[in-house]
Amino acid sequence: MAAGVAAWLPFARAAAIGWMPVANCPMPLAPADKNKRQDELIVLNVSGRRFQTWRTTLERYPDTLLGSTEKEFFFNEDTKEYFFDRDPEVFRCVLNFYRTGKLHYPRYECISAYDDELAFYGILPEIIGDCCYEEYKDRKRENAERLMDDNDSENNQESMPSLSFRQTMWRAFENPHTSTLALVFYYVTGFFIAVSVITNVVETVPCGTVPGSKELPCGERYSVAFFCLDTACVMIFTVEYLLRLFAAPSRYRFIRSVMSIIDVVAIMPYYIGLVMANNEDVSGAFVTLRVFRVFRIFKFSRHSQGLRILGYTLKSCASELGFLLFSLTMAIIIFATVMFYAEKGSSASKFTSIPASFWYTIVTMTTLGYGDMVPKTIAGKIFGSICSLSGVLVIALPVPVIVSNFSRIYHQNQRADKRRAQKKARLARIRVAKTGSSNAYLHSKRNGLLNEALELTGTPEEEHMGKSTSLIESQHHHLLHCLEKTTNHEFIDEQMFEQNCMESSMQNYPSTRSPSLSSHPGLTTTCCSRRSKKTTHLPNSNLPATRLRSMQELSTIHIQGSEQPSLTTSRSSLNLKADDGLRPNCKTSQITTAIISIPTPPALTPEGESRPPPASPGPNTNIPSIASNVVKVSAL
Amino acid sequence: MNRCPRRCRSPLGQAARSLYQLVAGSLSPDSVEDEFELSTVCHRPEGLEQLQEQTKFTRKELQVLYRGFKNECPSGIVNEENFKQIYSQFFPQGDSSTYATFLFNAFDTNHDGSVSFEDFVAGLSVILRGTIDDRLNWAFNLYDLNKDGCITKEEMLDIMKSIYDMMGKYTYPALREEAPREHVETFFQKMDRNKDGVVTIEEFIESCQKDENIMRSMQLFDNVI
Repeated sequence: MAAGVAAWLPFARAAAIGWMPVANCPMPLAPADKNKRQDELIVLNVSGRRFQTWRTTLERYPDTLLGSTEKEFFFNEDTKEYFFDRDPEVFRCVLNFYRTGKLHYPRYECISAYDDELAFYGILPEIIGDCCYEEYKDRKRENAERLMDDNDSENNQESMPSLSFRQTMWRAFENPHTSTLALVFYYVTGFFIAVSVITNVVETVPCGTVPGSKELPCGERYSVAFFCLDTACVMIFTVEYLLRLFAAPSRYRFIRSVMSIIDVVAIMPYYIGLVMANNEDVSGAFVTLRVFRVFRIFKFSRHSQGLRILGYTLKSCASELGFLLFSLTMAIIIFATVMFYAEKGSSASKFTSIPASFWYTIVTMTTLGYGDMVPKTIAGKIFGSICSLSGVLVIALPVPVIVSNFSRIYHQNQRADKRRAQKKARLARIRVAKTGSSNAYLHSKRNGLLNEALELTGTPEEEHMGKSTSLIESQHHHLLHCLEKTTNHEFIDEQMFEQNCMESSMQNYPSTRSPSLSSHPGLTTTCCSRRSKKTTHLPNSNLPATRLRSMQELSTIHIQGSEQPSLTTSRSSLNLKADDGLRPNCKTSQITTAIISIPTPPALTPEGESRPPPASPGPNTNIPSIASNVVKVSAL
Repeated sequence: MNRCPRRCRSPLGQAARSLYQLVAGSLSPDSVEDEFELSTVCHRPEGLEQLQEQTKFTRKELQVLYRGFKNECPSGIVNEENFKQIYSQFFPQGDSSTYATFLFNAFDTNHDGSVSFEDFVAGLSVILRGTIDDRLNWAFNLYDLNKDGCITKEEMLDIMKSIYDMMGKYTYPALREEAPREHVETFFQKMDRNKDGVVTIEEFIESCQKDENIMRSMQLFDNVI
């Protein structure tokens, strides 16, 4: 519950009037307002600047400095005000948090100064409102990165838990900096990629003449040497590919990845060439295959981070590039058509067809202007000039858009990763806050039961165990307690609920009778361990619970054939017993022996009766329990 | 001051506008602007003295109530959405929106869709400072959804379901589908004297006065503020 709506708690409690007439059980007592004093203004003097607020405003958050009695340490008797020797600017935000329930982070404030102030006032930074949370986290991360710059490289050398050989190999491949061997491998492959690319290039350079024949490219003159180089490179690449394939955690995904496809394409021509070495028919196709050897240059992208980013941004800019292409195509077709028809009249014109004019249009629009095709008619020249002018515009306009897209996507990528990381944390925060308030209620319920049990067993010297809750919290818990009473169901937390569901489905197996008790020793204990806390002060211990249950076992043996309701008789009756302060008879009864369900005869039968008839010989006679599975029982 | 009807009146104008937007380059509907013309309406309550006369609260209590009210609703009135959102903060585990709607209708005595501070304080005055009969009357008014003077089983079932919804999913024992219906049966058995299927105000008050628990729980409201 946000303390900002704490002022509406009286309204929420008044709204509970709608539950009263339909409730079947009596309502619990309201918490007494022990120190009901008039709301007073208190003065907070922070380094000379005076702030004033109501006392109840500060008391909304009792676990902070200002909301608890800790502020009494700062009380100045002479001036009757609370003096804090801290930054007044940040205090403004802190005080606004109490007033509105939202904590804001001012952008001009230094992040570490702000953190210090929050720590002083006992406020967790996670409470920062959504409006300022991203900014806060960004600044905090930058700060942390700045501090952690030195330690970063060392972290990689930390001893990891022993990985298998395969996993170490994969890590070595992905992160060459992890070990020297990986680094050596990385540089060796890089070197061979470079060698391979250079060989491919040099192969085609004319290399001087062999006497008696025309000029040969180097590849044919020193064919053996080049062949050996090529073989060596391909062997290295093949070995690397196979090693990567072996080490990959998911081979199927590895095979589908782009890099492995590039690897395969880079080495296939060699093997295909080996296989069909001297076959004249397919040598033409074989030559084309050699073109694919140039793909080896893409293997460099494993070595270069920048290439990878470029490739990714190109991929993500595909729509913009596509639009550029589309608009260019449109313009080309338009101008080619126009030029063709304009030049149709002139003799010996090179514009023989519209597709032939495409070439002219492209060359003109990109302002290349080779001059191999030139319009001769006046109309052709006019349209030609329009074409070249528009070419500049059509090409120049999308390019800045693409460039800005690149930078936007690049930054967006970084921010998206940041946000994704934050999102998990933020959802966890929200979930924690939500469960926090309901857990606070469950927790205080347990504590409340414990306290009342202690009071009932007459041990007055035991202090209140657990944290004392503020008045607002106790009123809120009373409200939730009234709702429980109205509906005759209790709030439990998620894990208990799952457990109950599992147990009830387990219990549906009708075969077990006596073994069911022993086979579910955890059944009674886990679900009842909450209750057992009261008596034994040992949380969740199995032993006292079974001791408690030993007398109940007699009854539960007969009931366990039926479903959950049988256990509810014992458990819920415990609940009703313990916190039903309105019943006068429970003063003298000890909790340990008090609640033992007396199953009425129909419930003794092991058939799965889902609804044991009410067994309430207790003092409260006008509590019909047909409507629910809760059966009130009396004490023995 | 809604610009929308004028805009939509001529489709030709709309086509021209969208063509212009296409050329000019912005196709996104500017719906964000419309949202800024929201409630600048501000409602101020009557004076403190008048409220003191109309309700049974003291001056200081009214001051405290108003401060809390204004904190959550700076505009001076609560609409249903706001109301539901405030109420849901007290019940984190369940869904309290239906019950909040019923409450809203009970507080909104003039049925104008908003609860002003006067309505708010008037309702609270009856619940917290009224006699037991007043409170029972108010509760009856809450249950009687169509305000026709009697509670039918369907109305009661709606109310009951909304109360059970507030419990949420994680309850012990696990909530069954029939729980609200059974509870309604119990209620009608207790309240409906002449067994005609509806509970009138007289039956309701009479049955409640006979029930010790209800009488005692009504006294819980004495010291809420």
